[in-house]
Amino acid sequence: MSERSNRLEHGESDGAAKAMEADSAILAALTGRRRRRRWLINALRLLLLVVLIGGWELGTRLGLIDPFFWGRPSGIWQQLVTWVVHGTAQGPLWVQIAVTLEEALFGFLIGVVLGISFGVLLGRNAFLAELLGPYIKAANSIPRVTLAPLFAIGLGLGSQSKIALAVVLVFFIVFFNAFQGVREVDRNLLANARILGANRWQLFREVILPSALTWIIASLHTSFSFALVGAVVGEFVGSIEGIGLMIQNAGATFNANGVFAAMLILAAVALLSEIVITALERRLLRWRPTALSEVTL
Amino acid sequence: MQHSQRNVPPASSPTPCSPAQEVPSARYSKGSTTVIELRQVTKRFLTPGGQSYTALRDLSLAVAPGEFCALIGPTGCGKSTTLSLIAGLDTPSAGTVLVMGEEVHGTDPRIGYVFQTDAVFPWKNVLSNVAAGPLFRGLPKREALERARAWIARVGLAGFEDRYPHQLSGGMRKRVALAQTFINEPQILLMDEPFSALDVQTRTLMENELLQLWSALSASVVFVTHDLEEAIALADRVCVLTAGPATVKGIYTIDLPRPRNVAEIRFDPRFVRLYHDIWEDLRDEVMISYERAKQSS
Ligand SMILES: Nc1ncnc2c1ncn2[C@@H]1O[C@H](COP(=O)(O)OP(=O)(O)OP(=O)(O)O)[C@@H](O)[C@H]1O
Ligand SMILES: [Mg+2]
Repeated sequence: MSERSNRLEHGESDGAAKAMEADSAILAALTGRRRRRRWLINALRLLLLVVLIGGWELGTRLGLIDPFFWGRPSGIWQQLVTWVVHGTAQGPLWVQIAVTLEEALFGFLIGVVLGISFGVLLGRNAFLAELLGPYIKAANSIPRVTLAPLFAIGLGLGSQSKIALAVVLVFFIVFFNAFQGVREVDRNLLANARILGANRWQLFREVILPSALTWIIASLHTSFSFALVGAVVGEFVGSIEGIGLMIQNAGATFNANGVFAAMLILAAVALLSEIVITALERRLLRWRPTALSEVTL
Repeated sequence: MQHSQRNVPPASSPTPCSPAQEVPSARYSKGSTTVIELRQVTKRFLTPGGQSYTALRDLSLAVAPGEFCALIGPTGCGKSTTLSLIAGLDTPSAGTVLVMGEEVHGTDPRIGYVFQTDAVFPWKNVLSNVAAGPLFRGLPKREALERARAWIARVGLAGFEDRYPHQLSGGMRKRVALAQTFINEPQILLMDEPFSALDVQTRTLMENELLQLWSALSASVVFVTHDLEEAIALADRVCVLTAGPATVKGIYTIDLPRPRNVAEIRFDPRFVRLYHDIWEDLRDEVMISYERAKQSS
């Protein structure tokens, strides 16, 4: 009651101004708390990294860890510097990265297109799905990296054999996700689109595809790392350039630091691709409530 | 014509109604007599256990041009199934469904359908959702968007064009669904409990709005509801269905004057009398349905 009469005395605009003031105070407190939390997390992350790498380095120096087998951070760093400055045994470092990246990228793109096409086809055609189901499941249960020697024999030591391996690895992941995504399309939405006048193509483009996209995009995160695995394993088996070959050479010459350094490079490439795919996801799935796509590590 | 009139013999009678003659009011006697006609329609579903479940049995019903017909019955009796048969989303197991004198084959552009559950497209914003129908039907984009804006304003959502469905309240989404349906200017309007998710005030507003839209479109409406008050307030005829398998138990002509104000008509003595009469019929079916639900749980 008193608050009400108070507002009547001071007039509406005064009350509104006060409310706004209170609002901005709450907002400031909230953003302040969030900023402090971010800062703390970043500091702790850095600390964790320093402890881990410092411990590793110290361990090797105190003789607790044998650097010949397990490498040593300073050695890895030196190896990286050597590669960047003087190039690798197969040529400049950036060429090796470019070769592997290109193989992975082509494998990824071809695998994604094939996976989506077959996934949508079988997801929409129950007859085909039932007919081919057992064969696809059987093919999926084969450990597919074992195909690498076969591709090396059939397609040679060039990039084709690596692309083929990457395609096979990516295809099944994307295929199963696209298939499931198409199967999960809300029947109500399909019915609604038909009532509103959508023809078959419109039904596909406006309802089935956007609905399955959630599943497909989720699969892209894992598929790119698999494409990278395909390219590198292909290079292990037989190649004349690429990061896989660098790892192979380092291993053959008992250069543990070299293996770790190459791994670090691969990790950086994978991380970059992850950033690109996440940006793509944000764009394509703008319509979704943020809660799902915001959970990132 | 001043009081309610029972057109149908008691429920024990095997043939509940003969179509066509069911419409006594002079308002419907000109031109063709029925827009929708169900003749002895039976619908069976195959349950996951492999048995057959009868949802509708020998259901006969006729709706005249421009008529507002309410379907009411206990939950699970087959109301939504009836609508999906009229809409051409499903086919009857026996009997015939006629729309505008022709047997139903697939969906019909003259029919609009507001679904019981949310069926707006989550990946389209309000504007694209409402414009979907005209765009599917090949209207130029500019014109479709223009009409969509007009309809969005009409259902009170102006300013929300850019929002995605998950950013709207349940009542707002329902209004998007209404605009999405009305923009196609259907001659037949099927509505499945369109207002059951709304609060009482919004609901009354929307009911009045619906009556206005209906009289402007001069469409025939089949309106499914649980709520007897709503049925009487809106409809020309109320059709009581039996607990599943559904068949027509009784048809009541609602001769309350139009235009009606939904909020006020509930206090009309004739309304009260109609409510009492129909409730007598409906109560038995609701009890049957309730007993069954209790037994099966
Ligand atoms: N595809 C289906 N397969 C098997 N049974 C079904 C199927 N669709 C509906 N049914 C059954 O048919 C009966 C009628 O369903 P329907 O959806 O028409 O009920 P309703 O009257 O609309 O109920 P409510 O008022 O709760 O919406 C229900 O018992 C339901 O279980
Ligand atoms: Mg229903």
